[in-house]
Amino acid sequence: MSDITKQSLSELVENIKSKKLSSSEVTKAFVERSEKSKELNAYITEDYTNALNKAKKFDEKPNLDLKLPGIPMAVKDLFCTRDLRTTAGSKILNNFVPTYESTVTQNIWNEGAILMGKLNCDEFAMGSSNETSFFGNVQNPIDKNLVPGGSSGGSSSAVAAQLTPITIGTDTGGSIRQPASFTGTVGLKPTYGSCSRYGIVAFASSLDQAGPMAQNVKDCALLQEVISTYDEKDSTSIDFKRNEYSKELTKDIKGKKIGIPKEYRVDGMPKEIEDLWKKGIEYSKDCGAEIIDISLPHTNYALPTYYIVAPAEASSNLARYDGVKYGFRAEGENLIDMYEKTRSEGFGAEVQRRIMIGTYVLSSGYYDAYYLKAQKVRKLIKNDFDDAYKKVDAILTPSTPSSAFKIGEKTNDPVSMYLNDIFTVPVNLAGLPGISIPAGHDAKGYPLGLQIIGKAFDEQNILNIAYAMEEKINFKNNITDWWIK
Amino acid sequence: MSIDLKTIKHISKLSRISVDEKKAEKLAGDLNSIFDFIEKLNELKTDNVEPLTSVAETTLKLRPDEVKSKNLREQVIKNSPKENEDYFVVPKVIE
Repeated sequence: MSDITKQSLSELVENIKSKKLSSSEVTKAFVERSEKSKELNAYITEDYTNALNKAKKFDEKPNLDLKLPGIPMAVKDLFCTRDLRTTAGSKILNNFVPTYESTVTQNIWNEGAILMGKLNCDEFAMGSSNETSFFGNVQNPIDKNLVPGGSSGGSSSAVAAQLTPITIGTDTGGSIRQPASFTGTVGLKPTYGSCSRYGIVAFASSLDQAGPMAQNVKDCALLQEVISTYDEKDSTSIDFKRNEYSKELTKDIKGKKIGIPKEYRVDGMPKEIEDLWKKGIEYSKDCGAEIIDISLPHTNYALPTYYIVAPAEASSNLARYDGVKYGFRAEGENLIDMYEKTRSEGFGAEVQRRIMIGTYVLSSGYYDAYYLKAQKVRKLIKNDFDDAYKKVDAILTPSTPSSAFKIGEKTNDPVSMYLNDIFTVPVNLAGLPGISIPAGHDAKGYPLGLQIIGKAFDEQNILNIAYAMEEKINFKNNITDWWIK
Repeated sequence: MSIDLKTIKHISKLSRISVDEKKAEKLAGDLNSIFDFIEKLNELKTDNVEPLTSVAETTLKLRPDEVKSKNLREQVIKNSPKENEDYFVVPKVIE
């Protein structure tokens, strides 16, 4: 069967279940394509030999009742994988080999999937362009000079370039949805507490969520169904009734009320984004949804709030990297000197910057003015959504304020980099689910995404809306395989 | 508000990240532009707002206090940059 890597997850599962394809054939196809695609720099660690062996083993005694039977996949290098190096894109974890498995990846292997390798990401998931990775930047398969978004940039690049049929990323302020938008792929950030954080390298614990990334909404729904479980190893995991998202997926969204928040019409937003949003409104009307204007008055305060809360939590989480228990160590004259040199040499510039911001806002004398203030504004932002959801079932916005930018374009201006997440950050602060779907192209032919935000635990509803709109939009990615010689 | 070099040195000490003069100057510039951006929050009156500490409106689950992971010593020590049998090794602390 030709063009295995062009098939969606659903097609691959179907073909393996009906024995038209073996896991070995599928795994070999994705491994070969990944090997030919080194220029994209999507992988940090490859595990192809093991993957091929596991596929062979699967084929000897295939369990075709599983949800991901013998499906190969690579995952973001923020998930701890037992016996396979996990770096979080950082020098400080360059030689770290976990002795345990994250719950989310364990759920995936339990359903029959096979690990191919670990995908590049911004260091400790801190970045919007994958340029802060110790292992170098990743190229967007759309165009050689473009960033793939971040922090799940290796993940978005690998899915768009068909190096892996599906993948998982993590999203603290937009790190799944923004790269999905930049690469013409689908990415879901689930409700806070839906997917276990156990075994995921921590960035900002009150915001971090793992989520699926795929070529289409149905594949995303199936992967979400696999990864979302209650887990007593994560005290913030929530025990709620989870759907079989892919089975319950429907395009019937007649009568659904979709809110359009006026505050998302930000100053200087390119006309192309405004037009895309209008098109999105028309598509949802075509699907039978009702459009309602709403207000989320504190939207403009979300980014400043995020840039207090996230670095504060990061500075605390990253205190564990001290050169003693695991990871990189620099020699020092005494204990303190060893700590300081280890952290100064082991962390990259952006991570150091965020640790410093976080340490400052939590330090004596500044805690009330910054951290407490931010927690209060976070409450106001959540209240905005609570009020809006009295009137609507979901909210439609652009995913990002622009299409993918050029490599190096924003690296010298942290604030302009942070502005990328203006439409995604409020969703994390309020703990809600959000999905980005590809919805069109700008004048340069780069993909643009629309975001659908749901009520807490209402993943099914936003997946349904996305599924219905996906059919109307009928998006096609322009990828020419330029990197394959 | 302006963050001066003295403050940067103080934060770097608290963060256990060493900085030289050049790095301190760069950090001061970056942090000042980021805090200019953050100052926007002062436009809002929040005296009567409860701080949000967790988006999940559930209480923590209780569980029996039982040991579930046993004999992990080898695993725990496995990634240590320097060890001596069952111990982590650090530079001399007590003279």
